[in-house]
Amino acid sequence: MATTTTLEKPIKAPTFRHVSTGRRIKNNLATGAFAACFAIAMIPLVWVLWMVISKGITAIASATWWTNSQKGILPDQTGGGVYHAIYGTIVQSAVAAVIAVPLGVMAAIYLVEYGRGRLAKVTTFMVDILAGVPSIVAALFIFALWIATLGFPQSAFAVSLAMVLLMLPVVVRSTEEMLKLVPDELREASYALGIPKWKTVVKIVVPTALPGMISGILLSLARVMGETAPVLVLVGYAKSINSNLFDGNMASLPLLIYQELANPEAAGRERVWGAALTLILLIALLYAAAAVVNKLLTRNR
Amino acid sequence: MPSEPQDDVNLTKEAPEPESTVAVRRPHSQRAETVFRSLATAAGAIIVASIALIALFLLIRAIPSLRADEANFFTSTEFATTDANNLRFGIKDLFMVTVLSSVFALVIAVPIGVGIALFLTHYAPKAVAKPAAMLVDLLAAVPSIVFGLWGFLVLAPQLGPVQTFLNDNLGWFPLFADGNVSISGGGTIFVAGVVLAVMILPIITSVSREVFNLTPVTHIEAAQALGATKWEVVRMTVLPYGRSGVIAGSMLGLGRALGETIAVLVVLRTAAQAGQWSLFDGGYTFASKIASAASEFSSPLPTGAYIAAGFVLFALTFVVNALARLAAGGKVNQ
Repeated sequence: MATTTTLEKPIKAPTFRHVSTGRRIKNNLATGAFAACFAIAMIPLVWVLWMVISKGITAIASATWWTNSQKGILPDQTGGGVYHAIYGTIVQSAVAAVIAVPLGVMAAIYLVEYGRGRLAKVTTFMVDILAGVPSIVAALFIFALWIATLGFPQSAFAVSLAMVLLMLPVVVRSTEEMLKLVPDELREASYALGIPKWKTVVKIVVPTALPGMISGILLSLARVMGETAPVLVLVGYAKSINSNLFDGNMASLPLLIYQELANPEAAGRERVWGAALTLILLIALLYAAAAVVNKLLTRNR
Repeated sequence: MPSEPQDDVNLTKEAPEPESTVAVRRPHSQRAETVFRSLATAAGAIIVASIALIALFLLIRAIPSLRADEANFFTSTEFATTDANNLRFGIKDLFMVTVLSSVFALVIAVPIGVGIALFLTHYAPKAVAKPAAMLVDLLAAVPSIVFGLWGFLVLAPQLGPVQTFLNDNLGWFPLFADGNVSISGGGTIFVAGVVLAVMILPIITSVSREVFNLTPVTHIEAAQALGATKWEVVRMTVLPYGRSGVIAGSMLGLGRALGETIAVLVVLRTAAQAGQWSLFDGGYTFASKIASAASEFSSPLPTGAYIAAGFVLFALTFVVNALARLAAGGKVNQ
């Protein structure tokens, strides 16, 4: 800027220019401390990721890791793969999603579009409480209900049921947030055309909120995939693929990690870190998918 | 706030639609409306019911075992369930280990979490703040078994010297006194607490960040107009304004730490005798005790003992989470 106005040139020097040393030191200390807090939090993150990647990379670098199960592999033997555990992880969380997503989305629709009065308040409160229910308690509940009371055997499906409880609050929350972001004008325009409320919700509100909802659902899937407590309580470990959802043992990555931790051999350690890296890659994939969905579907708006 | 009551299209039973001359609504679509609304309401009701069912079924399974319990459930430190005819179990030691590890985690995580939140909201430049916040949230994406792995195989050996130092120099203080497991072997409540602190950091940070972001600009500007330094602005406006949010976030973090299962199970070493409120004790938390016995859930009475412990954990987390909601004025949304 070539021209300077009088406004830019103060007429008088500011009265308070000097900050006393004590205050300045305190201010700098505080700034340093807050930045240090952030740095401290980065230590475990980098450390964990570095450990998992550096120790797990050798295991997952081989092709058999992705195409074989642990069938016939002895504890002290290097080799085999985690195909069966990847299968189990995906199947269990997919079945959970099939139940939790419609239920969660409908509950969110209830809360945003219909909920008023006491039931809505109680529901919001209970969603918060459900979000705080420890995974082991969810697992224990499914055990008490599904296995001890109803008499079903331990199975992958029981794990999925426990995962439903853990997914529900996340799905409800994220969907609720997204539905609330849909402008009321859209709803009003639809009503003005004489379209009934339910159709407005299904054809206007939900499609508008869809990208956010999908990414929220993907993130909730990522969350339950790493849960270990339900698989410990509700299903046993198997060394090969079990395609029966309702009976028998089924491996999953967290269960495999836990199982191999008890194996003191070097081969076991390798599998532990390899499975941890595989699990993190799987979760990272879901996170990336969530980001892509969000970006792709919101771009043309 | 969107979706305030929209009475014009609200077909409630109490207020039947007046004979309208304009809107042409066929009975068919009215039925669809009712069905859809009922489905949505039912989904909400299922969530409410599930909480009640959790409490109910845990109780149903726990009561026979509690009846058969030969020891006092609340004051005994034993947990002997192998002999179904002579069940002796109590939660005192589980309670101690659970509370000690969670509170220790909180003591570490709250100051750091609040510091990060302040850094992200009021110090870091905008371009840095967003990716930095995502980095902190990444901590929440790491599965807890991986944290357990890291805590057990990597962190515990590293913390050995720290623990020995604390024990040597501050051993007179009960928290740092000799525990019931050897310090050099790792696997103490101290190590578990550090792992838990890392795991609850993201939630404390994100809730605090949210409230710090909401500090009214007028408050900040008023402080600045009085000549306050940045730190003074933070201390006089941001921190007091965000207090309830910080408390709520900490409670949520506490709830997480109380219920964390697998990381604690992997990290914490078992102890032959009950702990003495030392950070260098070993043992089991509620959650890790249940998980450790999960493969032996075959006969109902011993299993019921663990379910009783699970019910106590459920009640504990329920109270903590409800308090978190209260502290935030019913606006916890994370």
